[in-house]
Amino acid sequence: MAPKVKLPKPGELSKIDFKTPATDWMDTPVEFKPGTFCWGSKEKDLLTLGLPNPRQWSPADEDWKIPEGWETTILEGMAERLSKYRSFKIFMDICVRCGACADKCHFYIATGDPKNMPVLRAELIRSVYKKYFTKSGKFLGRLAGARELDMNVLKEWWSYFFQCTECRRCSVFCPYGIDQAEVTIIGRELLNLVGLNIDWISGPAAACYMKGNHLGLEPHAIAGNIESMVDDIEDITGIRVNPTFNRKGAEIMFVTPSGDLLGEPGIQTCMGYLMLFHELGLDYTWSTYASEGGNFGFFTSNDMAKRLNYKIYAEAKRLGVKYIIGGECGHMWRVLNQYMDTWHGPADFLEVPVSPITGTVFENAKSTKMIHISEFTADLIKHNKLNLDPTRNDHLKVTYHDSCNPSRGMGLLEEPREIIKAVCNNFYEMPENTIREKTFCCGSGSGLNASENMEQRMRGGFPRANAVKYVKEKHGVNMLANICAVDRAALPALMDYWNPGVGVTGVTELVANALVMKGEKERTTNLRFEDLPGKGGNE
Amino acid sequence: MKVLFSFLAVILLILVATMGAFITNLHFVFGIIIPYLAFAMFVGGFIYRVVKWGRSPVPFRIPTTIGQQKSLPWIKQNKIENPTSAFGVIVRMAMEVLFFRSLFRNTKTELREGQNGPELSYGSAKWLWLGSLFFHWSFLIIIIRHLRFFLEPIPFAVQILESVDGMLQIGLPAIYLTDAFILVAVTYLFLRRIFVPQVKYISLPADFFPLFMIMSIAISGILMRYFYKVDLVAVKQLAIGLATFQPVLPTGIGPMFFIHIFLVSILFAYFPMSKLMHMGGIFMSPTRNMISNNRMVRHINPWNPEVEVHTYEQYEDEFREKMKKAGIPVEKE
Repeated sequence: MAPKVKLPKPGELSKIDFKTPATDWMDTPVEFKPGTFCWGSKEKDLLTLGLPNPRQWSPADEDWKIPEGWETTILEGMAERLSKYRSFKIFMDICVRCGACADKCHFYIATGDPKNMPVLRAELIRSVYKKYFTKSGKFLGRLAGARELDMNVLKEWWSYFFQCTECRRCSVFCPYGIDQAEVTIIGRELLNLVGLNIDWISGPAAACYMKGNHLGLEPHAIAGNIESMVDDIEDITGIRVNPTFNRKGAEIMFVTPSGDLLGEPGIQTCMGYLMLFHELGLDYTWSTYASEGGNFGFFTSNDMAKRLNYKIYAEAKRLGVKYIIGGECGHMWRVLNQYMDTWHGPADFLEVPVSPITGTVFENAKSTKMIHISEFTADLIKHNKLNLDPTRNDHLKVTYHDSCNPSRGMGLLEEPREIIKAVCNNFYEMPENTIREKTFCCGSGSGLNASENMEQRMRGGFPRANAVKYVKEKHGVNMLANICAVDRAALPALMDYWNPGVGVTGVTELVANALVMKGEKERTTNLRFEDLPGKGGNE
Repeated sequence: MKVLFSFLAVILLILVATMGAFITNLHFVFGIIIPYLAFAMFVGGFIYRVVKWGRSPVPFRIPTTIGQQKSLPWIKQNKIENPTSAFGVIVRMAMEVLFFRSLFRNTKTELREGQNGPELSYGSAKWLWLGSLFFHWSFLIIIIRHLRFFLEPIPFAVQILESVDGMLQIGLPAIYLTDAFILVAVTYLFLRRIFVPQVKYISLPADFFPLFMIMSIAISGILMRYFYKVDLVAVKQLAIGLATFQPVLPTGIGPMFFIHIFLVSILFAYFPMSKLMHMGGIFMSPTRNMISNNRMVRHINPWNPEVEVHTYEQYEDEFREKMKKAGIPVEKE
């Protein structure tokens, strides 16, 4: 591994040069600047997953060790996908390059690199499509925007399809709904045909395949981690919650991203789930086999995503539960909402979800039989089923970051807001163009939350951070709430870098802090063992 | 370079057209054969492209949700931008096709140095929306107006449209609003490709060519109406002849007509092999035309692949002892 790269200061990163290069984009070679790209996938992970061309390689090297004849592999892969995805075909054909998408991408806004405009990112692959799949490109070549596929083009693809977080913001503004996420997804599939992935994706995907979760936690480790959360909960509330694992006959199976099982502030969100479910007396179980809600396969290929996603329904069936609740996670919900049922349905062995507490029937999930924790909690709050003391969150001035996927691949916008408003007295929205369906990515989504590309992550998250800064200065906001495990992993670093003093929390952690549990002792600290406002027992 | 190439290509086409216009022997080719060929290429090409798109399935239901989902009864769903009914999708598509809803959302990002460091702002940016809307609507109205050459008697609706379009009653013949609008709009669309550096950078010759073509068609049409007048009765004879497949070639139409119809023919022929196909594609874009009812109704993928999976049995075989030690139930003791 190369030596650690020094992260530039915020003042340097925010000097963004929007001048277009002197050379045409086809003549501007791709650069690999340390700190802006991720390490290549490891041989062992590709072997585990049975993916093509396993080998040790580094993107910093000249030779990427791509097998002879790779051009044919890629072009045949393109032909196959053109025949399988109408989206891909149409998106290749109808872009008029109006440029409405250009300054909607967080990576373009923060790098000024024109190839980070969604339109040019798509053009990287569209130019090859034109050359090999259209008459005008074949005959007119560059005049029609066509170019040959060569090693430089392949490297350029790798660079820019791993600088897109598949957040879909561009597709909101495109007059034809062209979705760069879809183009990136297919671009990454093609790259994977010749063994080009990044370590931060193929590593977690391999771990998830074999062990059930991205972190590679084995069953006893999952139980152990949760056990220590149970101890902490007891210390804070005096109540011992009693989660079960792989329990057959439970009414509900709960699946959350494994990011909630390790590291702050994920574990506090997880403690929140444990406390909430205990307080409700919910008949639920965790699974160590289906111990991952997220899906890094989705950042590899659709087949890989399907292979990882398989476990959720399979485990629900084995355990004989009635339905599934899913935790706070971003891309997990894109997959569960728009893909799972198509891949592995129909889930006719499950029942339409009904809240055992309120009796609410979740008709909106009548086919997938899987509901979001925020839908479940918002319903409880609406029916006054939770005893809440929002003053316990009075030291917080909270703003809410919509994660890309629940916003633009689902539309889960109001549920978390209803929850936050019920459990916090101080809630402030960021500016309108940066939230809800127009939300900005954390800059680390779609598998890019590695450490070696920290500079690029801090850039990609700049628009998000800048909007937080606005409410920080205007309202004194000091807490950034979200419903995504990648956010909880990525945003603390982003806040430390751009907006020191702003913390990051899952919504369910806020709920659990406000939740007055039956028989609890008087709480003096929150779930982070920080003194509660006005209850400073430790002074 | 890109601009120049497209410009020269269009100039060349105009020269060819002029040649055709002034050599009477070529009038049959330019007035009848080329228009028929172009029309055939347009219709055939358009259908071919749409059928080709249609042959690729839509394996996943991937609408871009641009508003609140349908979930709990008291949370107000955005029934248009996150539609769960066919009606919602129809309204959504109509908003896109007729009013360019998504383009209306456009913003302009600006970075400035504030008191406490850099500040990003997202201002309203409606010019592209306005320019496009004027351009497309004018184009449509102009095409409908042209029906008066192909139909006898002229339908009432076309006459109404004409009189509204000419309501300013300036000049003789009266100036059409849409003629002015399309020229202004197409000039705007061209200028932004020259003067907005980012847009210039992404533009291809294939982006300038149609703009120049449409500009030339509009100009030749206007010249023909006001300055180099043609025999309208003869034009109508020819047009009706074309439309009824009984082509006739009246004499003395006037050269400007042949230039105009040649350029129109080239645009029609070029249409299906170009980005202009966004006209058909917008109706088939899966992020906009699908019902967002993913968790309510299962979407079927016709090629849903069999994939290799890691089963629970394999998992338990690997971790059975560890699971037992941790008190986690197992299938096989």
